[in-house]
Amino acid sequence: MSIEQLIPLIIAIPLIGGFINGVFGKKLPKVIVGSIATFAVFTSFFLALSVFFKLEESVTVDLFTILNLENIQLNARFLVDNLSIWMTMIITGVGALIHLFSMGYMSHDKGYYKFFTYLNLFIFAMLILVLGSNYFMLFFGWEGVGICSYLLIGFHYSDVEKGLLNGLAARKAFIMNRIGDLGLLIGLFMLLANFGTLEYTELADKILTQGISYSEGALFIITLCLFIGATGKSAQIPLFTWLPDAMAGPTPVSALIHAATMVTAGIFLVVRSNFLFELAPSTQDIMLYVGLLTSLVTAFIAMRQNDIKKVLAYSTVSQLGFIFVALGMGAYTAAIFHVTTHAFFKALLFLGSGSVIHAMSDEQDIRKMGGLKKYIPITNITFLIGTLAISGFPLLSGFFSKDEILAHAMHHNTIIYILLAFSALLTAIYMFRLYFVVFHGSFRGSDEAKSHLHESPLNMTLPLIVLAVLSVIGGLLNIPSLLGGHHWFTHLLNENVAGLSRVAELHITDGETLMLMISASVLTLIALFFSYNVYVKKNNVPVNDHEIKGWTKLSANKLYFDEVYNSLFVKPIEWKSTKLYSLVEVVILNGIISSLTKLLSGLSELVKKWQSGKTDSYILWMVFGIVGLVIYYLVKI
Amino acid sequence: MMVLASIFDTISIQHYLVLSTILFVIGVFGVLTRKNAIILLMCIELMLSSVNLLLVAFSTYFGDVSGQLFVFFIMVVAAAEATVGLSILVLLYRNTRSVDVGLFNKLKG
Amino acid sequence: MNIETVFWILGALTIGSALMVILSTHPVRSILYLILTFFMISANYILMNAQFIAIVNIIVYAGAIMVLFLFVLMMLNLSQSNEPKSPVKMVAAAVIAGGSLLVVLVAAMRDSFVSASNIVSTTNQQGLVENLGKELFTTYVLPFEISSVLFISAIVGAVVLAKREKQIID
Repeated sequence: MSIEQLIPLIIAIPLIGGFINGVFGKKLPKVIVGSIATFAVFTSFFLALSVFFKLEESVTVDLFTILNLENIQLNARFLVDNLSIWMTMIITGVGALIHLFSMGYMSHDKGYYKFFTYLNLFIFAMLILVLGSNYFMLFFGWEGVGICSYLLIGFHYSDVEKGLLNGLAARKAFIMNRIGDLGLLIGLFMLLANFGTLEYTELADKILTQGISYSEGALFIITLCLFIGATGKSAQIPLFTWLPDAMAGPTPVSALIHAATMVTAGIFLVVRSNFLFELAPSTQDIMLYVGLLTSLVTAFIAMRQNDIKKVLAYSTVSQLGFIFVALGMGAYTAAIFHVTTHAFFKALLFLGSGSVIHAMSDEQDIRKMGGLKKYIPITNITFLIGTLAISGFPLLSGFFSKDEILAHAMHHNTIIYILLAFSALLTAIYMFRLYFVVFHGSFRGSDEAKSHLHESPLNMTLPLIVLAVLSVIGGLLNIPSLLGGHHWFTHLLNENVAGLSRVAELHITDGETLMLMISASVLTLIALFFSYNVYVKKNNVPVNDHEIKGWTKLSANKLYFDEVYNSLFVKPIEWKSTKLYSLVEVVILNGIISSLTKLLSGLSELVKKWQSGKTDSYILWMVFGIVGLVIYYLVKI
Repeated sequence: MMVLASIFDTISIQHYLVLSTILFVIGVFGVLTRKNAIILLMCIELMLSSVNLLLVAFSTYFGDVSGQLFVFFIMVVAAAEATVGLSILVLLYRNTRSVDVGLFNKLKG
Repeated sequence: MNIETVFWILGALTIGSALMVILSTHPVRSILYLILTFFMISANYILMNAQFIAIVNIIVYAGAIMVLFLFVLMMLNLSQSNEPKSPVKMVAAAVIAGGSLLVVLVAAMRDSFVSASNIVSTTNQQGLVENLGKELFTTYVLPFEISSVLFISAIVGAVVLAKREKQIID
């Protein structure tokens, strides 16, 4: 089959899977429901793989025209180039593994079929986002993943003790995303106004080839607005507080949406618009500093978090900050490379944490865990691999991707390099803290929990193993020339993605690369030994809540971000809306409507008096009516 | 068969118009004022008669015999209507022991 | 004594007896006045040479229908009944209604006066029985037949309505 036929199929299969599960899922047995969903995503993955191997030049697949007016044309069209097909493979590949994991993880859940429906719908929306050929399709997928994220975060909305919190977390995520979406929309409108088209290829053509004239200010605002949209979706300062709260959703959701795919949508947006950002250096600087700040702040917060998923959530935000720094420096391919490896090991870590939670009978506080390596060995090993990867242990995937970004940073500005390296150091410290506290030492939980400790079934451990392998070998994608590779991934993306080939390439000597690698490895090993010392040798255990003091208190309370937002934004708006409600809704609107009804009923009371039931009054009025009629005809004629 | 000259050589048609209208209005007044159901029906007959008078006047005026034929049919209808009306009245009286029209206001609404 | 005077006298008598119909208190007297009114109207008919109609008026209206009314009145034993007086408001309203109707109708008729040039013939023969009969049985034969159906339905209706219900013996 040709690429034009495969692409709609790749997108449609998860949709069909979701539809079948949604409509019939309630009556089908659980195994069938999960299998349909997983199989759908696996099929999409293999089809995407075949497209990837066939792809040479970028291909456009036209479906239909949505809007065809004089000034704007909106098309349902897909653009297949190496970037979009690579993202597709990540989404469907990692997604399929997570589907497989969910079959085991959610097996006790009542809303099993609903879960898989939403997951498949999410994959569908995300695929539209990455495969669309214009900003409109991107926005469509953007909104779609926002909705699926809302549905999935608040999946257990009817839970007795935490149902309300789940719902509130979902709402928070949606609203914060919405704020970002506003920026995105304004950016799109301005793009349309300034350039007349939303298609990537046409925009690239106009700007790069034709050299269309544009105003610097307009381009600055456009890129800034696009970046605001990316901030919302990819959880940067100031719109990041929804991501830790989103951990209220089931763990596979956290793995898929908030680690591997949805949060990378913002990054994808920036990479797609690389030619726009290259012409707005001020926005790039803003991106860089925001990303850097986010990375450092959230790494600091993660140092003292005690919920296993919250640590991972903050680490995700921190890594995304890392990637935004890369984008701010124009290192688009390095960013996508890190996105890929991050997808592998972050999904691995989240699924691993899911396995741990499953073994601990739904306990998430790491202070109640410990010494789990005896009981859940496979999870232990895979989690260790993931931790090593994210910390940049030499030769694992995370090492190579971080190194590229650090290399770009060093060429850009030494201070930024130092700060970035510090952030990487913090990452390593808190990740190892997590690993050692959970898996080493002695078990600190209740005896009842201890008796339930068991390794997860195969459909949960198999994805862990696959992802662990990928985390190890993922670095092979983009090996620098020092070690004999030739940056395969960078060349791959530069091949047929619009605009990327014009970005200035990093010229770095082998000697510099070696020095960078060594310094990064040294930092990682320092972090490893430091954490080992503190948490294993000295057996330091994170303290209970009321014993926290000093700087750790700031970290544990997430730097009071939520509280600040609450008093700055949430409370005034709530106050205003209550006031408006009591004024406008109750008094004015209700008043109008009730007075209208009173008027009508009063009128009808009046008219009712006419029907007295007495014949003479009827005849009287008839006579008057006849008189009136005759007068009318007299006067008219 | 005595053949009189047409009356409308001397008087005009207006006279009969006014006469008929006055009779009609008297009938209306009677319907509105009287409460006895039988008198009510009688006033209706009076109204019909006034219309008959006018019809015959016009038939004489135009020399067209259809007017008088129409009077014929009106009388037929009036007779039937009086019959049925009176039987309804009898039924009403049987149920309520009175023919006061003011008491029949069950359709008050 | 020309014909105009006769007309005026007859007209006055007609109106007078009609007024007495509605103004008299005793129901029987009302019926009698109505019979008188019908006689007056018949006289008017004769004045206009509508001989057949005049006779039929007396026979049918005064003879049959009024007798029927009288029967019902006697049967229901209402001859001594006092009916309640209408409230003054109603009388006033009725006067106004009637008066306005009168004025309006007269005004309307004055306006639409038909000119005399439309008259075809003035032989005044049309009231004679022959002419009436000729028209009736040629042009108007269908309504004639249907009126007999109307009579039958009226009779049936009257009988059905006024029949006494069968007493059910438990």
